[in-house]
Amino acid sequence: MRRLSKTQLVIVLLVFVFVTVAIVGEYFLSRSRRLVLSTTTSTWDSGLLGYLLPIYEQRYDVKVDVLHVGTGQALQIAQGGDADLVLVHSKELELNFTSQGYGVHRIGVMYNDFIIIGPPSDLAGIRGLTNATEAFRRIKTAGDLGNVIFVSRADKSGTNLLELKIWSLLGLTPKNTTYSWYWEAKTGMGNVLRICNEKLGYALTDRATWLSFKNELPNLKVLVQNDSVLFNPYSVILVNPDRYPHRNHQDAVKFVKFLISVEGQTLIQDFKKEGETLFYPLARDVPKAVELGFENQQEELVWYDSHT
Amino acid sequence: MTMYVFLESLFNALRLFFLVNPDVLDITLLTLRVSGTAVLLGSIAGIPTGAYLGLREWRGKKTTIRIVNLILRSIINTFMGLPPVVVGLVVFLLLRYEGPLGFLGLVFTPTAMIITQLILVIPITIGVTISAVGGVDKAIREKALSLGATNREAAFAVLKEAKIGLLTAVIVAFGAAISEVGGIMIAGGNIWLKTSTLTTEIVDAVQVGEYELALTLGVILLAIAFAINIILTILQIREAKH
Repeated sequence: MRRLSKTQLVIVLLVFVFVTVAIVGEYFLSRSRRLVLSTTTSTWDSGLLGYLLPIYEQRYDVKVDVLHVGTGQALQIAQGGDADLVLVHSKELELNFTSQGYGVHRIGVMYNDFIIIGPPSDLAGIRGLTNATEAFRRIKTAGDLGNVIFVSRADKSGTNLLELKIWSLLGLTPKNTTYSWYWEAKTGMGNVLRICNEKLGYALTDRATWLSFKNELPNLKVLVQNDSVLFNPYSVILVNPDRYPHRNHQDAVKFVKFLISVEGQTLIQDFKKEGETLFYPLARDVPKAVELGFENQQEELVWYDSHT
Repeated sequence: MTMYVFLESLFNALRLFFLVNPDVLDITLLTLRVSGTAVLLGSIAGIPTGAYLGLREWRGKKTTIRIVNLILRSIINTFMGLPPVVVGLVVFLLLRYEGPLGFLGLVFTPTAMIITQLILVIPITIGVTISAVGGVDKAIREKALSLGATNREAAFAVLKEAKIGLLTAVIVAFGAAISEVGGIMIAGGNIWLKTSTLTTEIVDAVQVGEYELALTLGVILLAIAFAINIILTILQIREAKH
């Protein structure tokens, strides 16, 4: 009996040492040079960050941890002090974030575009339109007649917020409960596309996800594109160093400088999927940036460029 | 012979796959590290607890004992089915910078994932151990006691008898841990090559339409579960023969 107790003691000690080492190791790891980037699924799923980050990591000897979630959650994580900077695409949430003092130096980095996809049979008759609002109006009309369905992300993602904005231009706030043709999927873009493919539905999607999935979606086509309301600008925001002094402000600034440098912008433009450009550089095209909602683009450019 | 050919071709397929996707090896190792640690710690904590609860002589009024016992068992049984996402969410809220344990700096680390799985696994090991101990013939304990064994020695005699059931506890716990995805995704953050596991990568692969990669990762996951269960089952069968 006594010998067994000794074995037990050894086991307990071993486990204790093991756990301590794990936790202490984790602690020191977390203190080594790391940058936590909280961003949307689209920048990760498209492969853009997988292509850009190794270049930055190698040059500056900083490891970048990417949290890829919805825009709302990305900002929430940063607000909670668990990220150094955000790369997101939802103007209202971003302005909220900066005006409440959570983030500073918001700057436009790049943009991509949204498209409306649907079945080739197109019972709503929107094919070829360059006016997304008109397309939504026709989808509603056909939906009320019971001919079509529209599938919404309904997950507070940037894509979802843009969709709701277009509905609101028509004076509508559609819900599962108000319209039977309006489906709230509460899921990622890929899942929504798959639902549309099976149920012959319409949806608003970013082009990157569409291109990744296109081959799996034989029942869907691009029906509407090139409306200025469908342009989707991405911005970076640093978390406020005064509010979050424990965060890695220095490397975050360096990372933004890299993204908005001529080199970074060229890298973004050269990133292609199925031969198509997914993200267009925006940082140094000040008039375009102002048009897409970055009124302070010039000042922020100067701030980052002069920061060493 | 056919088995051998099958295994060889499977091995070759996996080898080729790892050569093309070297990162998958890292992800597989992290998956094993997280779930292995959780099951190890969970067994160390859960099996003695389950044995204690299963063997304990409840003193007091009969009805009170019954009620206490009933409530306790019900709680454990409920916790055996804890929704992983809820556990992951609670662990995340505790460990985030603004949370009560934020000073540890553990949010979005493998340790956070281990903690999540540990919470899921402990009730499972406790519950299965209670059943295993309860299934042992009462006579064994009484015999040991009558032969002059102390309470503790008698308890060990019962545990020895219940070995197969204890192994089942480990197997079930491991199955729950390695197939878990929602909880570790929230607490670990699914950071590529840091807190991404086979299951979270399957979710990601499906999200971007790479069904083939997702399915291959699923096969790897299944192969690991199979390999580990073979070892545990061999142990179980050997015990049964004794």
